[in-house]
Amino acid sequence: MSLQIKPILLALRRHKAGTVLIALQIALTLAIVCNALFIIHQRVVNLSERSGVDEANVFVITNQWAVDRSTRAIDAQVQADLAALRQLSSVRDAASATGYPLQGGGWDNFVTMTPDQVKPTTDSAVYYGDEHLLDALGLRLVAGRNFRPDEVVAVGTQQAISPPVVIVSKALARRLFPDGSALGKSFYAMTPTPTTIVGIVDPLHRQGASQWDKAHAGQSLIWPARPDDARGIYYIVRAKSGQLAAAMSEAPKALYAQSRMRIISPTDGIQDYAQIRHHVFDSDRGMAILMGIISVVLLAITAAGIVGLTSFWVGQRRKQIGVRRALGATRHDILSYFLTENLLIGFAGVVVGALLAIVINLWMVTRFEMDRMSLAYVGVGVIALLLLGQGAVFAPALRASRVSPVEATRSV
Amino acid sequence: MFGYYLQLGLRSLRRNPALTALMVMAIGFGVAASMITYSVFRAVSGNPIPDKSSRLFTPQVDSWGPQQNSRGEPPDALDYVDAMALRRAHEAKRQTLLYQVQMSVMPGGDRDLPLAANGYAVDGDFFPMFEVPFQYGSGWSAQDDQARSADVVISEKLNRKLFGGVDSVGRRVNLGGHDYRVVGVVRPWNPKPRFFDLFNTGGFKDASDFYMPFTRALDLKVRTGGSNSCRGKLTFTGWDDFLQSNCVWITSWVELDSATAVARYRHFLESYAADQQRAGRFAWAPNVRLRDVTQWLDYQQVVPPESRISLLVASGFFLICLINTIGLLLAKFLRRAGEIGVRRALGASRREIYTQYLIEAGTVGLAGGVLGLLITVVGVSGVGVLFPSQVAKLAHLDFSLVGLTLLVAIIATVLAAFYPAWRAARVQPAWQLKSS
Repeated sequence: MSLQIKPILLALRRHKAGTVLIALQIALTLAIVCNALFIIHQRVVNLSERSGVDEANVFVITNQWAVDRSTRAIDAQVQADLAALRQLSSVRDAASATGYPLQGGGWDNFVTMTPDQVKPTTDSAVYYGDEHLLDALGLRLVAGRNFRPDEVVAVGTQQAISPPVVIVSKALARRLFPDGSALGKSFYAMTPTPTTIVGIVDPLHRQGASQWDKAHAGQSLIWPARPDDARGIYYIVRAKSGQLAAAMSEAPKALYAQSRMRIISPTDGIQDYAQIRHHVFDSDRGMAILMGIISVVLLAITAAGIVGLTSFWVGQRRKQIGVRRALGATRHDILSYFLTENLLIGFAGVVVGALLAIVINLWMVTRFEMDRMSLAYVGVGVIALLLLGQGAVFAPALRASRVSPVEATRSV
Repeated sequence: MFGYYLQLGLRSLRRNPALTALMVMAIGFGVAASMITYSVFRAVSGNPIPDKSSRLFTPQVDSWGPQQNSRGEPPDALDYVDAMALRRAHEAKRQTLLYQVQMSVMPGGDRDLPLAANGYAVDGDFFPMFEVPFQYGSGWSAQDDQARSADVVISEKLNRKLFGGVDSVGRRVNLGGHDYRVVGVVRPWNPKPRFFDLFNTGGFKDASDFYMPFTRALDLKVRTGGSNSCRGKLTFTGWDDFLQSNCVWITSWVELDSATAVARYRHFLESYAADQQRAGRFAWAPNVRLRDVTQWLDYQQVVPPESRISLLVASGFFLICLINTIGLLLAKFLRRAGEIGVRRALGASRREIYTQYLIEAGTVGLAGGVLGLLITVVGVSGVGVLFPSQVAKLAHLDFSLVGLTLLVAIIATVLAAFYPAWRAARVQPAWQLKSS
C-alpha cells in the first residue's frame, strides 16, 4: 500500500480540478453535517426534557371569564368548578393554576437571599396552586410536605402576595442551598417578606422553554394560592389512569353546567400533554427534522458525486489500467489503487472540513448563542465521510479492476 | 444558433442519463432547500410598513436603573407613569399608547356562548399612524380620547361574526359585559411582523379582533392581556397600586416627520428623564432610546434564529450541490473530447464550443430548476412541520418565488459550468483526432 502513494500523488496532479472538487465537497459536507448533527442532538435533548407531570393522564383547560366580576364572585365560581371537576368519575384530581409546565412563555420572579439584595441570586418560574396542585399535576414530592388547606389564600386581579411558605423544585433548592439543607430555609422572590421552603418536588419544569428558561432550567416554585384573575385561569385536571379521553370530554360539560359565562376555545381550550409538548417544542422538532433531511440528502449527493467523478476517471484511464494489468498488476492492486486514491483525497478533505466545522460552530456560538460543539461530532463526521468516500468509490474501483489486460493493445 | 445549441443540450441530457439525473437532482434539492428556507426567512424579515418605517418611533425610558435593567438597556415597554407623562407632553405630530386586551364578546341573539376576542387599547392616532385600512367608518378622534368614549373599531372578521358583514357603524357591541358603539370596521389587516407590539407578541399572531380607546380601558381597569414585567419587590394590592408600580406593560409610538423633529423628540425624552432624576424618582442619569421600526425589529430580534440558521445551512447545502455539479459537468464534457476535437477541426471556434457547453449547462439548470420547483411546492406546503405554526403560516409560494427558483437554478448552473466549458473549449483538435 505505502509504495503506491507516490505514483497516486503524481497521477492526481494530472487531474487537479477533479481532485480539488472532491476534496472541497468532502470538506464542506463534513463542516455542515457536523454542525447539523450537533444542532439535531441539542434540539432532541430539548424535546425529551422532563416536565415532572404525569403526562399520560393530565390535561389543561384554558378558561376565560365572559364578564367582569369581583374577586369574591370569581373565587366562589372557581371553588364550585373545582368541586364539579373532582366529582367526575373519570377524574382523579383537579386544581386551578396561573400556568403549567411547558406552557410556553409564563411567569417568573427573581430570587434573592436577603430583603435588601438588589442583584438577583437567580430566577424561578412561579406557579400558584392549592393543596390539590401536586396531585393534579402528578408531581413527586421528594422532601417535606404538601400545603395545608389553611395556608391557601385567594388572590385577586392585580394583587401581589408574599406567602410565608413555598414548595420548590429540587433544581431551585440545589441552586439556593447547594449543601442540600434547603428544607426549612427561606428566601425572597420579589417579596417584601421571606418565604420558607416546606416541600421539595422533583422535577418541575418551568412554563417556558426559551433561552432564558434554559439558563434557569428546572428552577420553579409553587405558592399556596388560589388565583382568581378576572381574565381567566387554567384548570389542571388529572384523569384516573387510562381514562384521559373520557375525562377530557366530560370536564368541559361539567364546567358549562356550572356556568355558561365562560370561554373555552374549541380549538385549543383543552389540551393534553401530548399536544402541549408538541406545541412548545415545535421549533426544536422542526429544526431537528430539517437538519436531518439536509444531512441525509447532502451525504447522498456527495457520495453520488464521488461515484460520478471516479467513474469518469476510470473510463479515462482504461488504457493505462490495461497496461498496468498487462505488466503484472493484480486486480487487487488496481482496486486498492483507487481506494487509496480516494482515501488520500478524503484525508485532505476532512482536514480542511474539520477546521471549517469548528470555525462555523464558533461563529454560531457568537452569533446565535449556541453551545460549543464537542470534538466528538467532528471525529464521528470524519470517520463517516472517509467511510462514505470508500463506499462510494468501491463500485467504480471494482469495475476498474475488471479491466482486461487486453485493453492495453486497443487504441482507445 | 442559440436554438440549435439548446436542442443539442437537451439531446445530450439523454445521453448519460445517470450522470444527468445526478446533476438535475443535486441542483433540484439544493435550490429547493434554499427556496423553502428563504420563503420563511423572507416572510419573517420583511418590512411591515415600508413607506413609514423611518418615520415611526418607539420611545423607551429607563425606569429600572443600571442595577435592574438588562445589559444597560431601558425596559422594552413603559410603566404607567412614564407612558402617561409622554402622552400629556404631546411632543410628536401623532402619538399613541397601546396595550393588549382580552375580552369576551356577547353575540346575543341566537348564539348563547360568549366568544373570545383579542384586541388593543389604543389612542385615536393609532389608525392614521399605522395606515389601518377601513372597510366602513373610521377611527375615533382626539376629542373622543379625551371624552373617554365607549367607542370601538372592530375587525372585518368580528363584523362578519356579529353583524353578518354589513356596515355596522353606529351599532352596539358588548365586550366583557360593557356596551360599545362601533365607529369603524377594519379590512383584514395584520402587519407581519407586528412591529407595533413586539413586547407582547414576538411579531407573529393572528389578526386582532378589535381596538378600543386607551382612556376607556383605563377607566374600566382592564388588565393587560399581554406581558407585564416588574423589578424589585412587588407589593401592589390592586389596580391603583399597580399603576404606580415599576411594572412595564405599555408600548408608546410617535410619528416624527423630519430629522429635526426626531432630534427634538430625543431631546424631550432626555430632559424628561433628567426631570425625573431631579425629582428623585430616578436615581440615575437619563437613559432613553428612540428607535424607528427597522431598528426596533432588529433590536427585538424578530427573525427567529431558527430561520437564519436554516437559511444558512440550506445555502451551504446548495453550494455543495453546485461544487458537485462542477465536477459532474467536467466529467460529462470531457468525455466528449473526441467530438469536440472533430468540431474544432471542422472550423468551430473556441468561443462557439464555449457557448454551446454553457447553453447545455443551462438546460441542466432548467431541468434542475423544474425539479427544485416541484420540491419547493411540496416543501412550502409542508413547512408547518419545520417551523412554529404562526411563522409557517407566512411562508407561501408566489410568482416571484417560482421565478426566483428557476432563475437561481439556471444562473447557478451556468456559473458552475464556466470552468468545465472552458476546459472543453481548450481541447486540442489535433491531439484528439490523432488518438482516435
